[in-house]
Amino acid sequence: MASVPAQPFDNTGEDPTARSPLILNHTDFGSVTNDILKGNESAKPPKSWYFALAVSFTMMSMLGAMIGYLIFTGVGVWGNNNPVAWGYPIVNFVFWVGIGHAGTLISAILFLFRQKWRTAINRFAEAMTIFAVICAGTFPGIHIGRVWLAYWLFPIPNQMDMWPQFRSPLLWDVFAVGTYFTVSLLFWYLGMVPDLATMRDRSTTKVKQLAYGIASLGWRGSMRHWHRYERAYLLLAALATPLVLSVHSVVSFDFAVSQLPGWHTTIFPPYFVAGAIFSGFAMVMTLAIPARQLWGLKDFITMRHLDNMCKIVLFTGSIVGYAYSMEFFIAWYSGEIYESFAFINRAFGPYGWAYWIMVSCNVITPQIFWFKKARTNIAIIFTASLLVNVGMWFERFVIVVTSLANDFLPSSWGMYEPTWVDVMTFLGSFGLFMTFFLLFIRFLPVLAIAELKAIMPIADPHGQGHSYEEMSMETDEQAKIAEEDE
Amino acid sequence: MNEVTSTNVAREDLYGLAAEFKTTPGIYHAAEKVHAAGFKWFDCHVPFPVHGLDRAMGVKMTILPILVFFGGMAGLLAACTLQIFTNSLEFDIWALVPLVGYQFEVSGKPLLGAAAFVPVAFEMTVLFSALTAVFGTLFLNKLPMFYHPILKHPALTRATDDRFFLVIEARDPKFSRDEVESFLHSLDPETVIALEK
Repeated sequence: MASVPAQPFDNTGEDPTARSPLILNHTDFGSVTNDILKGNESAKPPKSWYFALAVSFTMMSMLGAMIGYLIFTGVGVWGNNNPVAWGYPIVNFVFWVGIGHAGTLISAILFLFRQKWRTAINRFAEAMTIFAVICAGTFPGIHIGRVWLAYWLFPIPNQMDMWPQFRSPLLWDVFAVGTYFTVSLLFWYLGMVPDLATMRDRSTTKVKQLAYGIASLGWRGSMRHWHRYERAYLLLAALATPLVLSVHSVVSFDFAVSQLPGWHTTIFPPYFVAGAIFSGFAMVMTLAIPARQLWGLKDFITMRHLDNMCKIVLFTGSIVGYAYSMEFFIAWYSGEIYESFAFINRAFGPYGWAYWIMVSCNVITPQIFWFKKARTNIAIIFTASLLVNVGMWFERFVIVVTSLANDFLPSSWGMYEPTWVDVMTFLGSFGLFMTFFLLFIRFLPVLAIAELKAIMPIADPHGQGHSYEEMSMETDEQAKIAEEDE
Repeated sequence: MNEVTSTNVAREDLYGLAAEFKTTPGIYHAAEKVHAAGFKWFDCHVPFPVHGLDRAMGVKMTILPILVFFGGMAGLLAACTLQIFTNSLEFDIWALVPLVGYQFEVSGKPLLGAAAFVPVAFEMTVLFSALTAVFGTLFLNKLPMFYHPILKHPALTRATDDRFFLVIEARDPKFSRDEVESFLHSLDPETVIALEK
């Protein structure tokens, strides 16, 4: 890892006549495989990995302990009260589901748009999605109170002849998040099969050969298999694209379908989706920056990738800023006193501090990415991405808590304060997330090796003069005509 | 595992002959020629999908998208049936067998709330389509398959790393060991390897 040279080559240029390389310092396939799998195949991971795993595992155990305490004692250990019945668990649920969205955006939407740079970040962004959805799913699961009756969420025939209420947005959530998790997992796994086969074929110990051998399903790189595989991958991308937009829309329905001032707005679905992608990209950068450093992946996750991600953060952050101002405008323009009050109360009421943390982190911070100097400075990117994560958590806090705490009748107002159990459960969920992530980067292919090879200039079977773009512009019809001519 | 060379695989044990290539143009043009020569039982083993190689090999378009369409329709149907049956059904079969769902009356909302059924119907459509896409691919590719002659030969482990292999199987009606071997050599490969069953 120490031998990786400092990058003298700047591939963040915008010159349209010269295509910037997406993989630096590698001109053959073998060295790509070697360098990506270096972190997995080294006898021992770096010390910092052990340290991070120890910390994460401790935090995850804390989550387990907190959930145990909750179940044995009851939801009274939380700060949830009447009127704020949702509190931390739902704030955390929305936060984690949102984080997941960037992974699917990268793997599906950028794939459909033929953004080739996605191949360097899609694998671990998808992994992030799955682990984030696991964290997200934990919170409503424990928020229901009687955890042992969680199966009532699902349409399972039972002796009481009792079925879920399909007209409730909370049940739509069960289906949306359940589908999202399943499809993300399948997409991630299917993408990983060829790379698991690569790891199997390079394994030196019996245990690894067996484990990767089973996981790779006997993949042998057959082009007849690749043909169907590529079709399946395209179909999954096409399915995951509307799915990811639907998931956070459905999450926003939990709020928008109610009649509470501050929740009952039509702007919620697009606003939630943009916010989700915004927070998710921030989390991708938070993870990518240390991972590329530690695992020696700077040739694959280059400054250009970070630069591109910063632009997406800037774009989605601006949408979120627009949504904040539009909410205010509509609250005033509607002439609805409860609606107007809800928003003035958000900004200047008892939770005003949370509102202004949200605005400064989500609206002001990303504006720094207008400057290329900021988009190519690791320290600034990392700090900004952390701030965005903080800001997006506060956004959910503001939405959930302020609307519930002060609604219509002042006599039924209340204040919400989290307890230590709330805070430690939330921190524990980061432990769960990071533990999974650290195990993933050690034991599974952290980048999409096969996909990265396919975007190298030497991968083109028609020589280097014939670019990939021209090839893909060729339609099936043209190919057929060409075949018939022969 | 013994190194298998072209000469020491017995006739009845021969799975096929593999030609090894270093570059994508190499395998691409070789595949074109093998297809043109009329071989049916041949395949390329490559570390990533080489663009256009499937067409050069004459691989027909997969039926997977059609399967996925029907998978999605099945999901849609299942979701609609589930929701209508459990939430809004009241129906007697010949006045003998009553079919009654769990009819919630909530704030005067209609039992058959079609608009409210849309999100779940959509999610189930996507879910069933995705399951069909993944398991359909595995089924059509006959995976998992943990034993295969290709996986057995140590040289072919590089098919998942940096080498490209073209394999003509012995069961091809046009297969004759000596002819195929010299034909493969004419394609300018790195080596030609005999694969044991």
